[in-house]
Formats: sequence, structure tokens, C-alpha cells
Amino acid sequence: MTAYIGKRLLAAIPVILGLSIIVFLVMKLIPGDPAQALLGSYATPDNVERINRALGLDRSWPEQYVIWIGNLLQGDFGRSYILNRPVIDEVLDRFSATLILAGASLLICSVLGILAGIVSAVRQFGWTDRIVTFFVLIGISMPAFFLGLVLILLFAVQWRLLPASGMYAVYGGGDLPDLLRHLILPAGTLAIVATGVVARLTRAAMLEVLRQDFIRTARAKGLSENAVIYRHAFRAALVSIIPVIGIQTGFVLGGAVYIETVFQWPGLGQMLVKAVSTRDLLLVQGGVLVAATLYVLVNLLADVAQAMLDPRLKA
Amino acid sequence: MTSKWYGLAPLLAATALALVSPAAAQTPPNVLVVGQIAEPASLDPHVSTAANDFRIAVNLYDGLVRNKSGTLEIEPALATDWTISDDGLEYTFNLREGVSFHDGTPFNADAVKFNFDRMLDETHPYADTGPFPLSFFFSAVETVEVIDDLTVKFTLNEAFAPFMSNLASATGLIVSPAAVEQYGADYGRNPVGTGPYKFEEWQSNTSVVASRNDDYWDGAPELEAVIFRPITDANTRVAEMLSGGIDVLLETPPDNVAQFRDDPNYQVVEAVGPHVWYVMLNAKEGPFTDVRVRQAVNYAVNKESLVNDVLQGTAEVSAGPIPPAFNWAYNEEVDPYPYDPEMARQLLAEAGAEGASLTFLVTEGGSGMLDPVPMGTAIQADLAAVGLDVEIQTYEWNTFLSEVNPGLEGKADMAEMAWMTSDPDTLPFLTLRTAAWPEEGGFNSSYYSNPEVDALLDQARISTDPDERAELYKQVQALTNEDAPWLFVANWKQNAVVTSAVEDFELQPDFGLVLRDVSKP
Repeated sequence: MTAYIGKRLLAAIPVILGLSIIVFLVMKLIPGDPAQALLGSYATPDNVERINRALGLDRSWPEQYVIWIGNLLQGDFGRSYILNRPVIDEVLDRFSATLILAGASLLICSVLGILAGIVSAVRQFGWTDRIVTFFVLIGISMPAFFLGLVLILLFAVQWRLLPASGMYAVYGGGDLPDLLRHLILPAGTLAIVATGVVARLTRAAMLEVLRQDFIRTARAKGLSENAVIYRHAFRAALVSIIPVIGIQTGFVLGGAVYIETVFQWPGLGQMLVKAVSTRDLLLVQGGVLVAATLYVLVNLLADVAQAMLDPRLKA
Repeated sequence: MTSKWYGLAPLLAATALALVSPAAAQTPPNVLVVGQIAEPASLDPHVSTAANDFRIAVNLYDGLVRNKSGTLEIEPALATDWTISDDGLEYTFNLREGVSFHDGTPFNADAVKFNFDRMLDETHPYADTGPFPLSFFFSAVETVEVIDDLTVKFTLNEAFAPFMSNLASATGLIVSPAAVEQYGADYGRNPVGTGPYKFEEWQSNTSVVASRNDDYWDGAPELEAVIFRPITDANTRVAEMLSGGIDVLLETPPDNVAQFRDDPNYQVVEAVGPHVWYVMLNAKEGPFTDVRVRQAVNYAVNKESLVNDVLQGTAEVSAGPIPPAFNWAYNEEVDPYPYDPEMARQLLAEAGAEGASLTFLVTEGGSGMLDPVPMGTAIQADLAAVGLDVEIQTYEWNTFLSEVNPGLEGKADMAEMAWMTSDPDTLPFLTLRTAAWPEEGGFNSSYYSNPEVDALLDQARISTDPDERAELYKQVQALTNEDAPWLFVANWKQNAVVTSAVEDFELQPDFGLVLRDVSKP
């Protein structure tokens, strides 16, 4: 198992390196540059040249990339052009916020999605199944940013039950209940689509398992229905559910980009949107690098968990 | 198995209740929470370039001079008075006595010299705390000399009339040299000034907190603290205002202004701003080389309808390149082109340009661009009504700038643009002179050229007599209105919404958010 994990981690290095080259090229190929974003209306050629010299952007592309990689290997992510702040400070600040939001969403979508999936599989074509499927389809089809605004209108503006945006209250807050209050709406919104996907796949996986011989055997042994479903069927279905949750991590991280913008959640997604529009290359690189690493790790974790659950995969 | 869950249910319900109930708390008295449009980039006023950051900076710092509240006229701040030599090359300032920075170090002539040398001299020991994008505001400064502890002299290499207004801009604010030495490149997150509020804390992406400076030389403010919150999404910003999370809402979307205006719990505050929104017309090639076609589009577009319907009354119709916010230099006698499609058709017929096809570059959004896509399509419709066939090409803001700034030749006949400036000189000097064509390094991307206008602008730039300057700008205004290098559209009115508890809140024509006189009992 250790050798397997080591091999997988090594395989991730070229993926992340390739990703950084793609990000670098895309950022260089889209028109506009940080000097223009900084200077706005005042971006005369003279001023742009002065700023580019100060930021080291007057060097050739390969040179810039090699310098960045070289610094990165020494643990230096560089300085944001626009924020004038070390990239690593900004990315770590943001990363913890995204981790909280994405973690909470994953938790919600896994628990709700799996429960909904099991219930509708067990009561296939019954009323419960139809109702669950109905809501699941609405969840999958609803644009999350729109749903986010609707929830803000209801919970923050109309009923004044929850804060409209932010991660902590700007005065008197900062503790765990404060964080949870701010977390409910964005995490809930972000979880809705993923919940639908997890529910659909759990339902399919459960239906397949429930048709198999060992389930009939278990029932024939006289086990209670709960034991059959949760101890035998669900455990077998989990093998195909876990990778789905791993993939949902990517979805949740991607969804965080607009959910964080709507809810003013101070995370990586919101940072990336702004960094791209101001062509803040090093900040984009830092953010993408961290998000990609997280995605690779979570999927590795999912694969390991799957291997542990399914003896056939251990080879 | 299931029975275990029943025990949990009340616990969960109680937790949920505890979480949701106290959220509706209002902001406390004497603390003002401002909903900003973005996280500040830096609170070093020499490093930053964003109006959003300057709204915080003007409350932490003072400059040598400042704009008198509600106007763009200069009044003393950290300098009590000054003399300008007859040739306009030497400015000598007497500094205010007994002023200290928030870190306790004294404000004096050495501090002033440090500030400008850091920005302008690449060999200065703290030049690496930059870059300083807007330092060219002071590029005419040759030397800064300390005459004595409270006297400082600036020597310019050429007469430069906008010097005083540039000193009053955010780039002219004075930072604490000791703090720059202490924090180096991280000074922008640890700002120290002399202003009415002291910087307390910057929580990344959550808030910037500043508290009252009890020793402020111009009288301590009434508010105990000001909190700036970044809320990027305009709809979310409005929702925060409606749910009681902020006291001041900046840059309200036009659609929401009316809603707040009708609600007694809120006040809508407006002020003119030195802002111009226009469409440049390519005078080098195509139909717009003929002045009659340029005038025709000015007649053809219904600007009243643009400012009232598209912008919901958040702007006024513009008459030329100098906005009325510069009241001392504004020519009241020049009227905007009236909406007269008949006249437009007649001029187009005379010029033989009926049914011409035009390409129009439109941006999706950007600094000062208001509602560029709806405005672009409304203009397109008005021009179609007089028989012009306009094709719109839309670009994201940074891409748009890199299309437009190098010049419209070979690309387009028209392009949207907007400017916010601190001096009447800036916009015409950078966008209307022959010497400002793109290949010369300026922003005259539509190649307007009138030697008379060139001469007037050059003269206004070196004249240190405000009355003479004003007269020259009035002539520029009259000439350009006739030449119609642009389709003149709108001057934006800044707006803010504040709750009814906030008193004496005013917006400034220089876009500063000056909070020293505001109270919220």
C-alpha cells in the first residue's frame, strides 16, 4: 500500500507541473497585463514599461517561468503584482476558508446524498423514491449562484435569520458559532448540486447490489432488513460511491469560485476570479497549484479507501 | 438503531436555533461599517491605484493640501500655506507644527522629502517598497529640499499647473517614514499616517478596521471606529444593506437606487464626480473623418433617455471633455447636443454617409464604465433609427483596453471609454492632443487633431494663474463641442446609500470618502 501511495504521489508531479505550464501560457496569451490593470487609464507605454521593469515582467517568457519554478523549489511562491503581498500568505489565508466551505459542502452532500440514494433505492418506484428523485433533479438543474441569491433574500433580507455574506461578523464575532452561522447558506447552496449527483449514483449502485445473490442469501438467512441494507448492501455499494465523492471534490472546488463570489466568502475561488481579471499571474499560479494538489490528494484518499473496502482491488 | 437518533433531534434543533436567532443584530452606535466594492490591494497610498483603496487611505492620511469639502478647490492640510515662484518652478510649503504620525514620530520637512524621494528616486533606499504606478503625477519634480524643520521646497523641471491638484490627490498623501523603514515591502498592510482615523487591523478579505485619532490636528472625529468590508458582488452588497450588516453602501446598482430612495430607513447621497463617459469616433478613416457625421451621431443619440432610463438618473448628460465637477474651469455656455434625429439625417445626407456601416467596440464592464453593454445597445438602436448600421463587438475590460489603447485604425469606427480624473488638464491632455496619438504614447486612440486645441492645452498646463487656466479650458470646451471628436454621453453622479442613523455623510467630487465629520449616535 505504501508503495502504491508513493507511486501515485510521484505521478502527480508531472500533472501539476504540466498544469502550471498551461496556466502560465494561458495567462500570457490572453490580452492585457498586470501593469495595465494597475495603471488603468494611465497605462501609457512609458508607465507600462516602468512597471514591467519593477515587476520583472520585461524578461522573456521562458526566463520568467524558469525563475518562478526555481523560486518555488526553494519554497518561494513570489509576490502578488497587484496585492503587493507574498503569494503564499494570501493563498494560505484563502485556502483555509475554502477548505472549511468545501469540507462542509462535501459533508452535507455525502450524508444527504447517500441517505437520499439509499432511501430511493430501497423504495424503488415508490412515493418516497419519486419525491426524492423530484427534489434531486431540481437540485441538479438549479444554477447555484441563482439559488444562493434567493437564499440570501429569504434568510438574510426577509427573515433576518442568517448573515448575508462574509465568514465572520466584523464586530463581536470570530468564534465557532459565528463561523457556523455564516457557513450555513454558502455550504448549503454549494452542496445542493453535488447532493443530487451523489444521490443519483448511490441509488444506482444500491439497486445493482440489491439484485445480487449474496443479498438474497442474507435475506434467506433471516437477517433484518436494516442489517441487509446497511451492513451488506450499502457496504458493497460504497465501493462505487466513494470515487464519486472524490470527483465531487473537484466539482465543489470549482463551484466555490462563484459561490464564494456571491457570498463574499474569503476563499481561493474568489481570489482566483480577481487574480485572473487583473492578470496577477503568480497569484493565479499559487492558487491553482494548491487547489490541484488538494484535488489530487483527495482522489488518492478516495482510491485508498476504495482499495481498503474492496479486497479485489488490493493487488 | 433508529431510537438513538431520536435523542439527537432536539439537540440538533436547539443548535440550529442558537445559530440563527442572534444574526439580525444591527451595527453598534458610533461604529460605521462601510460596504466597499472590493478588498483593498494596498493601504500604501503611493503603491495603490484604486479608488476603492483611496476611500480608506484618505481617512488614515493627510496630504500637504486637500480639496475643500464638496469642491475641487485646494485648501491647506499638513501645509498651512505656500508660495509659488513667478516662473511656476518653485513651490515652498510651510508645514503645520505639532503634528505626529500615529506611531508617535513627528511630521516634518524630512518626512515630506522621504515621501517624494521614495516615489521618484530609483536609488532611494526604500524605492524597492514600490512599484509606485502613479508617481508620474509628480514626474515634474526635480528636487525636494528641506529648508528647515517646517519648511520644504519643491523645484520642478518645467511649469506644471496640475501640481497642486495632484498633491491633493491620494497619491500625494504623506506616509510615516519610520513605519516604511520598519515594515518595508509590507508597509501597505501596516499603514501609518496623520489622519483622523488610526489603522487598527486588516483581516484579509473580511475587514479593515480604523479607530478614532483623539489627537487629530483638525479636531477628533465623533465616530469611535470605521470598519471597511469588501463585498464584491453588487447584489450581495445590496442584500447586506437590507439585512442591516452595513451602514454605508457604495456604488449602488442603478436599479436599486430608487428602491432605497422610497424607503425612510435609508438616505441616498449623491455628488457630481469628475467623470466623463463618451464614445470616441475614428477621425482617421471611415465616415467619421467628416465632422458632419460626427455631429450627426451626437444629434442622433438620445442622451436624456440613456441617463434616465438605462442609468436610472445616476448620471447627467455631458457636453464635452471637461466635466462640470471642475466648476471653476467649466464652460456653462456650451450646451449638450440636443436629441434631433431629423438634424442627424440631414447632416448624414450632406456628408453622403447615409446607411454607412460602422464597427463599435463595447466593453463588458470596467472602471467608470457604468452599464456599458445596455448603453452600447441603446446607442446602436438610436443610430439605426437614422439609418446607420452599427455592428457591436464586446470585450472583457483588460482585453478591451489592449484593443482600444493602441488606436482604432483598421479595427473600428467607434469605441466606448470613460475617465475619472483629479484635474481638468488630465483627460483632454491625454486624449485630445495631436501629440497624444497612440504612437506618441497617449490615449488619443481616435486620432482627433486640432492645432488650436493643442496650443490651448499646452498653454493651460504651464499657466499658474487659475483664472487664466479656467479661461483656456473654457475655450477648449467650446472648440471640441463644435468639432465633436467624441459622442458626448454622460457625467456620472456618484451615489451612496446610508442608513437613517448616519449623520453628515457627504460624497466628495474627487471620489474620496471623507469620514472625519460623519457621526452615528
